[in-house]
Amino acid sequence: MTKEHDSGNQNNKATRKTLTIVVAGNPNAGKSTLINAIAGARLHVGNWPGVTVEKKSADFEYQGRRITLVDLPGTYSLSPYTQEEVIARDYLVHEKPDMIINVVDATNLERNLYFTFQLLELGIPLVMALNMHDEAIQKGFRIDTEKMESILGSAVIPTVATKHEGIDRLIETAIAFADDPDRHAPCAIRYGEDIEAAVKTVLGVLQEYPQNNSNRLPKRWLTLKLMEGDELVVKESGIPADAPFLMKATRHLRQAHGEDIEALMADERYGLAAGLTREALQKPEKRKRELTERIDAVFLNRFCGMPLFLVLMYLVFALTFTLGEPPMGWIEKIFGWSGSIIAGLWPEGSESLLKSLLVDGIIGGVGGVIVFLPNILLLFLAIAILEDSGYMARVAFIMDRLMHKIGLHGKSFIPMLIGFGCSVPAIMATRTLENRRDRLTTMLVTPLMSCGARLPIYLLIIPAFFPPAWHAPMLWIIYVIGILLAVVTAKLLRSTLFKGESVPFVMELPPYRIPTPKGVLIHMWERGWLYLKKAGTIILGISILMWAMTTFPGLPDSDATRFEKERQALQAEVTDKEEKDKKLTSIDNQAGEEALRYSITGRIGQAIEPVLKPLGFDWKIGTALIGAFAAKEVFVAQMGIIYSVGKANEESETLREKLKSTYTPLIGFCIMLFCLISAPCMATIAVTGRESGSWKWAMLQLGGLTLLAYALTFIVFQTGSLLGVGIR
Amino acid sequence: MTLADLRPGQSGEILKINIAGALKRRLMDMGVVSGTNVRVEKVAPLGDPIEVRIKSYSLSLRRGEAKNIELEATLLP
Repeated sequence: MTKEHDSGNQNNKATRKTLTIVVAGNPNAGKSTLINAIAGARLHVGNWPGVTVEKKSADFEYQGRRITLVDLPGTYSLSPYTQEEVIARDYLVHEKPDMIINVVDATNLERNLYFTFQLLELGIPLVMALNMHDEAIQKGFRIDTEKMESILGSAVIPTVATKHEGIDRLIETAIAFADDPDRHAPCAIRYGEDIEAAVKTVLGVLQEYPQNNSNRLPKRWLTLKLMEGDELVVKESGIPADAPFLMKATRHLRQAHGEDIEALMADERYGLAAGLTREALQKPEKRKRELTERIDAVFLNRFCGMPLFLVLMYLVFALTFTLGEPPMGWIEKIFGWSGSIIAGLWPEGSESLLKSLLVDGIIGGVGGVIVFLPNILLLFLAIAILEDSGYMARVAFIMDRLMHKIGLHGKSFIPMLIGFGCSVPAIMATRTLENRRDRLTTMLVTPLMSCGARLPIYLLIIPAFFPPAWHAPMLWIIYVIGILLAVVTAKLLRSTLFKGESVPFVMELPPYRIPTPKGVLIHMWERGWLYLKKAGTIILGISILMWAMTTFPGLPDSDATRFEKERQALQAEVTDKEEKDKKLTSIDNQAGEEALRYSITGRIGQAIEPVLKPLGFDWKIGTALIGAFAAKEVFVAQMGIIYSVGKANEESETLREKLKSTYTPLIGFCIMLFCLISAPCMATIAVTGRESGSWKWAMLQLGGLTLLAYALTFIVFQTGSLLGVGIR
Repeated sequence: MTLADLRPGQSGEILKINIAGALKRRLMDMGVVSGTNVRVEKVAPLGDPIEVRIKSYSLSLRRGEAKNIELEATLLP
């Protein structure tokens, strides 16, 4: 966010090398589409420093000029409310860009103009993009842009961002105005007499005010905000809202109009916006029943609203996990294939550490994360369509009653639903939540929604211990336990750690619009790319660590020699090929079991056995649980190795037999319960760390859920044992 | 009477907002200022929140929030 020129050098026309232009406006005014139309693929996405709200900017040349275009989050007001609005406000107030392009929804002039007037007060040159102009015309609106220009003192350019109309003129005008500040004569916004009298007094005092923290803020703007008692400005300027000179200046105002100066100013600004709208906009006499109202008559209907919503949510789910399956298979194949190619560089049967690191550690680990990419891209595609079409706001509208009961916002529903597929995209989907407390609560409880990777564990365990009639109800019970725990935990978090008033729901229901393919695809790709970057860094690191923990220190020489001798003896004694292969596999499996027992993971498993005993678990389960941290489904594979059945999956009958003969159904249930609740996989922890902006929350998620799992499994196992339930 | 008392189809004129702080500021920023006409359009399928039409756009808010918005006593059918 550095500017290469000196902003004080305003009079040097056209000598400035780089122009910084910010695009600001209300949400739903078509800002992203406009930015995409101007900058297209040049946009690069990052995070705003310190927070995880996406930051987009683009550098490009326009007629020999270098331009930096900055996309600000959608904002209703310069007195910010959401985290995104704070970012937009801070940028506008502190970074002093050269130029603002104010995107205004031509079909919703009055409320958009309220923000325009606030922008004009900052004293930064402004050009207005009167967007969605075609829609306004279609509605029969007639907007007199010349009149708007003369009243606002800024250029007003009609645009249709989706059709690339007016974009070139917009950029040309913006550059011309930035180069020649004299052309820009923004209207002096004048409030009522009483307010102006107070402003004059305060301005006079501020000129000589000893505090100079506030010197960087525009004086008149500072005055107005101080009179309103704007908390951020009070903090930044160091001038208390009840400073005697302020109280003295506003005494008459408060006597005449009541104590609430902020409300008075909002009234006045809306008065200005309404006045300008009256002057410049001609609406048809009779308002047609709009398309949005007709769609909502069905989608928000008392009777069919809910079923339609459930169908749509099911479609999102199905789209993500059904359509994602074939490409997932391809990715698995590609990784498997590259793994075997690399393994082929070594002679067969060689026990090279480097080979194991490359094939099992890196390719296996990163592959296990990249394999979710199709899911994630499809999910982001579905979310982008829901968002861009306007239905996402309706989802929150429909679900808010339920979510509000557990202290959350209607919008929290989407991430929790996605959690049934995979926690990683689910946690990324919490970005749509504006309030930080809501967002953190949702992130922390989302892993309790039983994800797809836990299914193999249930599929292995349930048939091993329960009669066929119990299979479906058992699976259902596990899922329901997860949902109930998420509800209880969310409620608990909101009344302790994230205590505070529940977030108000006040939210715009934007008109339905057909999403543009380009916009939707750009959206999807930007978010997918962030996921890939994560897989390439933090998850790669953890993969290598997990690999090392299950590999080292490897079998001691004496054991390795013993197994080798057994193999050689077998080669010599047994002649029948089939029998020989069978026995060789059995030796390999035993060697695998021994190596795992001897590895760091196995040792940790054995060391924590006393801790796991009260849950009914032995060191073998403990070892498999540690492996499950890499990815939940690894639990099944690890159990296979420990029980010397080699590579096992959830269909393995041999493994089921072994489990059945070793453990009781009660322990089987406890395994599922523990896997459902305990520490989510490393990818989830990593994403929580990144998305929450602090590892503290990731660690809380890891520790909290594991503790909860331990406590509940302990209660279930001990009660079950006492009552003699599930002990065969 | 307050905005929460209106049924779908009914409208009224805003008199004042009876709370302070961030919620009040947000409501004002969203156009809930005195003298503005507001009409209740819909109630969510589960009974809360509600959708209102104000300043030519649709705004949704919970009943608990609408209770703080006082209207002129005149009621249109």
